Amino acid sequence: MNVDPPHPPLPGIGRRALLAGGLGAAGLALAGCGGTTAAATGAPVPIRQWNLFTGGDGARMVEMHDRFADEHPEYDLRPTTYLWGNPYYTKFAMGAAGGRSFDIGTLHLSRVKGMGAGTLIDPVPRDVLAEFGITEETVRPALWEKATVDGELYAIPLDTHLVVTYYNREVCEQAGVLESDGTLVRTSGVEDLFDVLAAVKEVTGHFGIVMDTTGAWRQFWSLYRQLGGEMALEDELGLDDDKALQSLDFLRRVSEEGLAPKASDAPGTPARFQNGIAGLMLAGNWELPTMQDAGMDFGMRPFPGVFGDELGQGDSHVFVLPHRREPDEEAVRASVAYAAWMLKNSIIWAGGGHTPAYLPVAESEDYAALEPQAEYRAAADDVQLDPDAWFSGSAAALMSEANSVMAGVHNGSSTPEETLAAFKRAVQKLIDTPPPV
Amino acid sequence: MTAPPTAGRASRSDTGGTSATGSEPRRARRADLAGPALVLPFALLFVLFLLWPLAAGLWTSFTDRSLVGTAPSFVGLDNWAEMAADPMVWRSLWTTLLFTLLTTPPLVAVALLMAVLTQRAVRVGWFLRFSFFSPFLLPVAVVSLIWVWIYQPGFGMLNGALTGLGLPEVNWLGDEGTVLLSIAITTVWWTVGFNYLLYLAALQGIPSQVYEAASLDGAGAWQRFRRITLPLLNRTTAIVVLLQMVASLKLFDQAYLMTNGSGGPDYAARPIIGYIFDSGFTNLRIGYSSAISYLFFAVIIAVSALQFWLFTRKENTA
Repeated sequence: MNVDPPHPPLPGIGRRALLAGGLGAAGLALAGCGGTTAAATGAPVPIRQWNLFTGGDGARMVEMHDRFADEHPEYDLRPTTYLWGNPYYTKFAMGAAGGRSFDIGTLHLSRVKGMGAGTLIDPVPRDVLAEFGITEETVRPALWEKATVDGELYAIPLDTHLVVTYYNREVCEQAGVLESDGTLVRTSGVEDLFDVLAAVKEVTGHFGIVMDTTGAWRQFWSLYRQLGGEMALEDELGLDDDKALQSLDFLRRVSEEGLAPKASDAPGTPARFQNGIAGLMLAGNWELPTMQDAGMDFGMRPFPGVFGDELGQGDSHVFVLPHRREPDEEAVRASVAYAAWMLKNSIIWAGGGHTPAYLPVAESEDYAALEPQAEYRAAADDVQLDPDAWFSGSAAALMSEANSVMAGVHNGSSTPEETLAAFKRAVQKLIDTPPPV
Repeated sequence: MTAPPTAGRASRSDTGGTSATGSEPRRARRADLAGPALVLPFALLFVLFLLWPLAAGLWTSFTDRSLVGTAPSFVGLDNWAEMAADPMVWRSLWTTLLFTLLTTPPLVAVALLMAVLTQRAVRVGWFLRFSFFSPFLLPVAVVSLIWVWIYQPGFGMLNGALTGLGLPEVNWLGDEGTVLLSIAITTVWWTVGFNYLLYLAALQGIPSQVYEAASLDGAGAWQRFRRITLPLLNRTTAIVVLLQMVASLKLFDQAYLMTNGSGGPDYAARPIIGYIFDSGFTNLRIGYSSAISYLFFAVIIAVSALQFWLFTRKENTA
């Protein structure tokens, strides 16, 4: 029931025969059966991989791919990188709809359902995955669970990534907000945090903290989840107004009281932190390589516990197998082998700030020794994934609607009440939209 | 469209029977065939890449086609009804129109001013031509990148200048009141060079005797500009305004890039093409986004027709 029957009744043999026939007629018969004999003659099996990593993590993926190619001459890995977000997802959807563009692709775990698990995405054969050493017991349980839809595994989780606190050690030392071991003090509650931010602001002369005000969803969802808020996105929007208002009011206050900029966009946010305009930054752990390359003396902690535990919004990069028009066990096997290798070698990946999903690496001594990953990795155990819906997840509509309306609480153009009303209207509209998957 | 070839074929069979009549009709027949044959390649491409997609797009707007390729089904006017009731459609359409109103007058006036200036400043003409035109050569990604940093609050160049003058900072791209204006300013800086080039060429086509005669009759510089330059540039102005309005209505790239695809605070800088993109590609709803694109297509045609009518009327009365 899950599997979409391939629409045009054109079996592989038929097409090949047609091709071979055509070529034969042209006097080129020798090329006719090239594809089918590749494995038998020992030619490398091609693995066409599509990914969306263009930043510091992209460089690490290339490093891993080089190693994979060295270790596995029996495969011919052909990776293609597209721009993060919509540009990638558009190509993913269209490529998978065609059913023969690529063999394995990366995706955000939050988008697996929305991108068509069962229609565009084929299930991962668990037995093959287990052959290569990846089983339910070796992957972070919360991720495995989310990757399972209707009893089938649709994604192989590679990592967890989430929004965390960066701190400029030099600035924080002068502000007197470091522990004796050189880490940022742990705060609990709004006032406690604001005291720290005020002290940091004294030192920088500009701001205590900076966060992407044009991408407020990550902060909002972290705060809302700290309050224990839930969001139901079926038929009727289920949202706890009080908790949402409390979360939005925090964002309003932090900007209004001058502790954070009223506006800071995606490129401006890390620049403000790097230039010492703000001593702290709330941002995704993927900014780690950028700060390291800048030669900054900085540390990282979990998202501050403003309303409770130090929970942060996040997601997970996964590998998925796109739907195939014609089944090809050899290609699936090669792709699974590749994904398993990536998981087992994800210590390299962890250098870019992401927390490995593969438990033997996540619990290894090598990973424990990585700094500053050690300071925030505990938070990855309890990463707050986006709510479930076809329009939810990284770079999907829910996130962009939230980002667009919530910028107003930071810059003071709308009150938390107005923002919440606008957000609820936008989300209800998405719920009422006929789902395209 | 298929009429001429059939006519040609018919005449061939006619003359085939009466070949003794001489070469006169044969030459005419060959000319008959040459026209359609020359038009054919273009006509084929036109049908294949314009008419067919246009028809396919219109059909798609009556279906619930999704980008993820599940079989679409016919939904009648559902998309169109949803569109009529969707405030974001009208809001983004207004954003596009507002942007056109904001950018077209300066893009025409500034271009003319710069062209006249270049025409007069003979000695530094090459330098002015180079500096006025060069921004137009930059790719949109570079332009956006430059201006995103210029507009940064706190450490951007523009706000640095404002605070240096003792003025308060403006949150250019971060405020819903200024974000579209900021994109408009960037666009003027970026694309004014093209209109400038058109005006410069037209100015060089005005014979200098006309000016000489006018000065002998005692016309001042301002009078010469108003009574000679402007009227003689009328046709150029018409084409510049038309091209500019169509270009401004098609706003997307710089708005998308300068707001990181977010459409700006509260979607204050999401043009209708941005909404078409979001509906079709973020939300995967190709059917619905086709309906919106047809609405927008109608608006562009209406605006162009109105503009064409205004200018031809002016020319006839003049």
